[in-house]
This record gives sequence, C-alpha cells and structure tokens, in this order.
Amino acid sequence: MATDNLELYEVFVRARRGLDHKHVGSLHAQDAEQALEYARDVYTRRSEGVSIWVVRSRDICASQEDDSESFYDPSDDKPYRHATYYQLPEAVNNM
Amino acid sequence: MSDFDLKTATQEYATRLGDDSVVLGHRLSEWTSNAPFLEEDIALSNVALDYIGRARMYYSYAAELAGNGKTEDDLAYTRDMREFRNLLIHELPRGDFAYTMVRQLFVDVFNTYYLPELAKSSDSTLAGIAQKGIKETRYHLRRSHEWALRLGDGTEESHKRMQRAIESLWGYTHELFDADPLEVQLADAGVGVHNAALRPAWLEQVSEILTEASLTVPKDDWAVRGGRIGYHTENLGHMLNDMQFLHRAYPGCQW
Repeated sequence: MATDNLELYEVFVRARRGLDHKHVGSLHAQDAEQALEYARDVYTRRSEGVSIWVVRSRDICASQEDDSESFYDPSDDKPYRHATYYQLPEAVNNM
Repeated sequence: MSDFDLKTATQEYATRLGDDSVVLGHRLSEWTSNAPFLEEDIALSNVALDYIGRARMYYSYAAELAGNGKTEDDLAYTRDMREFRNLLIHELPRGDFAYTMVRQLFVDVFNTYYLPELAKSSDSTLAGIAQKGIKETRYHLRRSHEWALRLGDGTEESHKRMQRAIESLWGYTHELFDADPLEVQLADAGVGVHNAALRPAWLEQVSEILTEASLTVPKDDWAVRGGRIGYHTENLGHMLNDMQFLHRAYPGCQW
C-alpha cells in the first residue's frame, strides 16, 4: 500500500506544560484519529511531548513567496512601529 | 506448597510470560521496514519494543529467581524450541497485515483482562510488570481496534482478508484460557491468574468489535494447544533460528 490515498497532516507538539505547541513535522494518515496516534509514535517516542495537535495540511492557508513584497516590504520603512523608536520621558525612565 | 515450590513455580511462570512476550515481540519486529507505509512501520515497531521490553522484565525476574548466574539473554537466546513455553498464537508467522492485526486484536483484548488481574498478584515484581503493561495495552488495543474497523468495514478485499485471518487464528485463542496444574496452583496462591475466568469477558469484547467491523465471530469448532508443554508449530524453530543466530554465533556480543 502506498501513501497515495492517505491524507497529509501537520504535527504540533507541546513539549512541556506552559509552552506553546510547536510544529515538529508532518505524516500520512487516513483520518485525524490515526494521525494523532502516528504522531505519538513518530514524534513523541523519546518523551518529547505532553500534548499533540494534528491539522490536515490542506486546511492550512499559507502565505506565498510571491506575496512577500506586498506583505512585508511596506513595514520596512515604518520604524515607529517598534517600541525602540520612542524616547522614554524621564518620568517613566525606570519602566 | 512450600516456599521453595512457590519460588520455582514463579520462576517458571515468569519464564513462560517472557516467552510469550519475546516471541510476539519478534514477530512484530519482522514488520520493521516491511510495513505498508512509514508511519505504520514505526507504530508497529513501537509495539514490538513494548513486548520485547516486557520480555526483558519477565526474563530478568526469572533469572533472578533461578539464582544460577544465568541472565535474561540466556533465557531468550540459548534455549531451544522445545524449551520455549509460549502460547502458540504468539509464534505464528506474521502473515499479511490483516493477519497481524487480528492477532494483535485477540492478544490485546486478552491482555486488557489478564494484566489487571496479574497486577493484583501478591508477587510485587509480577504485579509491577503487569502495571506497566496495562498502559501499553490500552494503546495497543486502541490501534488494533481501529484497524479492525478500518479493514473489516473497508474494501471487499480488506474484509475478505480480515475474515480469513479471524478464521485461521480462532482455534489458537482457546489456549489463552488454559491453565496447567502449575498455573492453577499459582493462581490459588494469589501469584498467578485464573485465565479460564477471563474468557467470557474476552469473548464479549472481541465479538462486539468484530460485529462492529461487519466481521463474523467463528464457531468454536477447532482448537490447537501445546505451547505450555513445549509442543510448537513448525514455525517457532525457524523464527528462533533468526532470533538467536547472532547471540549463538557471537556469544555475549554487545553493541
């Protein structure tokens, strides 16, 4: 059996309580339930996690390389969006 | 039973349970690099490792009780086929994927009822091993249950293969609920488990899962036995050839 008829899933693992889920990789599975089990077997066999999310890869809406000029360049010349752009008044100097 | 007898019997029992685990673990490990796809390959190998880990615990305990300087490796790798006491269902060749999964289902449901009983053993080592096995089994059963549904209720071909596997394995499930005098005595002494008492619950859960998967529960019209007295199918010898070759060729080798 090949993986042709299986779905691709992205796997996110929370390493410890208090941390965010982090993308760790992807895998093939027939449904979400099975993806969760395979994620357990493939990505947490050395005690890497306490919680797993799986998401169908095709459900992820991703930005495209082609969009990067229109997405990110316009913010290059707007330094006032960074906190470091502002001089703190004396009064709040110890903030 | 005197203390000495109980100790010898417990040692024999631990060896038997080790045999069950190492033989099934080896059969599962034969899927490594041969499974239908990568993810399932890793999953099956994980289950194999659970069983081999369990075998190590049982064997180490048996070796400790024997107190004759032999180790878990001696038990696993230097005994001949006739000395193995595993139940026959564990030694049958892995067959196709359906066959492997049906066997897992039967064994997983058995362990679902057997291990909690063993966890109550007055022997704290056996109870501890069982306790660890309970958690593993919960996951194993989750997998074999889902595969039974997926394949039983899948395509015409997968259904056919599942039913065929069920028919050819059913006669080997009866032995799971047998007990020879040694096992009965151990159960009476609070160390072992009365296996026969587990069958109704096993049958009920297996029937439920098979029915849910549109599969048919076979009739109890044949049964094969002999593992606990060392009478094996022709398959075990070939398997042990593979499994023991390295240790026999290079005794004590490490990596």
